[in-house]
Amino acid sequence: MKRIYLDNAATTPTLPSVLKEMLPYFSERYGNPSSLHSFGQEARAAVEAARARLAGLINCQPAEIIFTSGGTESDNAALFGVLYANKSKGDHIITSKIEHHAVLEPCQWLEKQGFKVTYLDVDKYGLVDPAAVKAAITDKTVLVSIMHANNEIGTIQPIEQISTITKEAGVLLHTDAVQTVGQIEVDVDKLGVDLLSLSAHKFYGPKGVGALYVRKGTRLEPYIRGGGQEKRRRASTENVPGIIGLGKAAEIAKAEINERVAHLLPLRDRLIKGILDNIPEVILNGHPVQRLPKNVNVSVKYIEGEAMLLKLDLEGIAASTGSACSSGTLDPSHVLLAIGLTHELAHGSIRFSLGRTNTDKDIDHVLEVFPKIVKKLRQMSPLYKK
Amino acid sequence: MNYSDKVMEHFKNPRNVGEMDSPDGIGRIGNASCGDIMEMYIKVKDNVITDAKFKTFGCAAAIATSSMITEMVKGKSIPAALKLTNQMVVEALDGLPPVKVHCSVLGEDALKSAIDDYLKKTTGKGLEGLKLKNNEAGPGH
Ligand code: FES
Repeated sequence: MKRIYLDNAATTPTLPSVLKEMLPYFSERYGNPSSLHSFGQEARAAVEAARARLAGLINCQPAEIIFTSGGTESDNAALFGVLYANKSKGDHIITSKIEHHAVLEPCQWLEKQGFKVTYLDVDKYGLVDPAAVKAAITDKTVLVSIMHANNEIGTIQPIEQISTITKEAGVLLHTDAVQTVGQIEVDVDKLGVDLLSLSAHKFYGPKGVGALYVRKGTRLEPYIRGGGQEKRRRASTENVPGIIGLGKAAEIAKAEINERVAHLLPLRDRLIKGILDNIPEVILNGHPVQRLPKNVNVSVKYIEGEAMLLKLDLEGIAASTGSACSSGTLDPSHVLLAIGLTHELAHGSIRFSLGRTNTDKDIDHVLEVFPKIVKKLRQMSPLYKK
Repeated sequence: MNYSDKVMEHFKNPRNVGEMDSPDGIGRIGNASCGDIMEMYIKVKDNVITDAKFKTFGCAAAIATSSMITEMVKGKSIPAALKLTNQMVVEALDGLPPVKVHCSVLGEDALKSAIDDYLKKTTGKGLEGLKLKNNEAGPGH
């Protein structure tokens, strides 16, 4: 059976050309970039070249990039780093209710340490209202952290408008851009952000490596201490092969970005339309147009997401769900609840996230198989009375 | 989290799905943990459950346990059926991931409340000391 991978928001395959550049840095050029000898020098040069490539993708200076272990670390480092570096200035963070747990959980922990956090509501599409950001800013506000695009529902936030407000107020702005870097244009100057988190494996790089962009002049307490790496901002011997992979993935993304968007938009819209037209009582979650090109998220009434996911998997289609039944904690997705879905509709959510190798044929296959799965599960549902 | 082959088999081909014309007892249970719902219908003749059917709004484990318990209960006398526990259903399915054990409670409770319903209809009195493990009748949300 042909397998169709539609879970690119979870992770993407490392491109062969990325892997190829990484490989020599395991056993041949294995030097520690901090070493002064030639082994160290060649590793150092490669790390700096990767930094420049990544800087090219998001339009910043190489020195403004700190390599990390991934998106989660970048988010943690941004929040803790900014709050602790600015303790004398204030103690207030503004964020939204639909952030990734990598932002929400550090915020909750910071609250326990005495910091204050405002969690902004979003509208039914998942949009943060810039006016609400403005209204929430106090003279104690240090940082606003709003994600660039949501991982579950794909809604892209008006970061440019929010940054106009934060700049005016003299407040720092962080954005979790894990779902957007390499997928749509991300330019730190256009966005106007001071900090930005990204992760390599979401755009065809390896797992276990990411970066935090920190605008020049932004004060940051190091999150990991114990060495002078990354200009003392992130201790630990560099993940050289990972960083090389991130750099290569960034280079490819920069070259391909328009193509990627142009490839995915029609596929996404066909899939959305096909599902809405062919299955009764389905709603689209997220914004109809201000939406990641890869993201399709729907709620199917009367049935449960994990059951859908497994039925799809039996047909070779990999998707994901925000259902309570599949969350481990048995809580439904906080994002779906925040956009106003009932528990029952959150239960019936299913996300397809497309990638660069998906084709029209893949969409055809989903549209052929998925309505049948829905029908079968509905026949089993006590809520479905037709 | 991985399901056993048995669970997947019952999930793929669930037995006894559907409603029943004029059932002798109906149980409808909402799952307090995650908000799922199960309905069970039983037919009873001479104090023996001759047929059982279900409808479930829930995950693969909920569907598989519904399927399994309806299989297990058929042909059992009411007292024997009341001895069925969710643990027995879990064992019959070669186990469930720990986070999914609560789904099997749904089946046991639905069966008990179907029997309770049957007894109420026939004797005017429900099941003595009926205690649902789930502790929350009706949809959990
Ligand atoms: S029915 Fe929700 S976890 Fe099984």
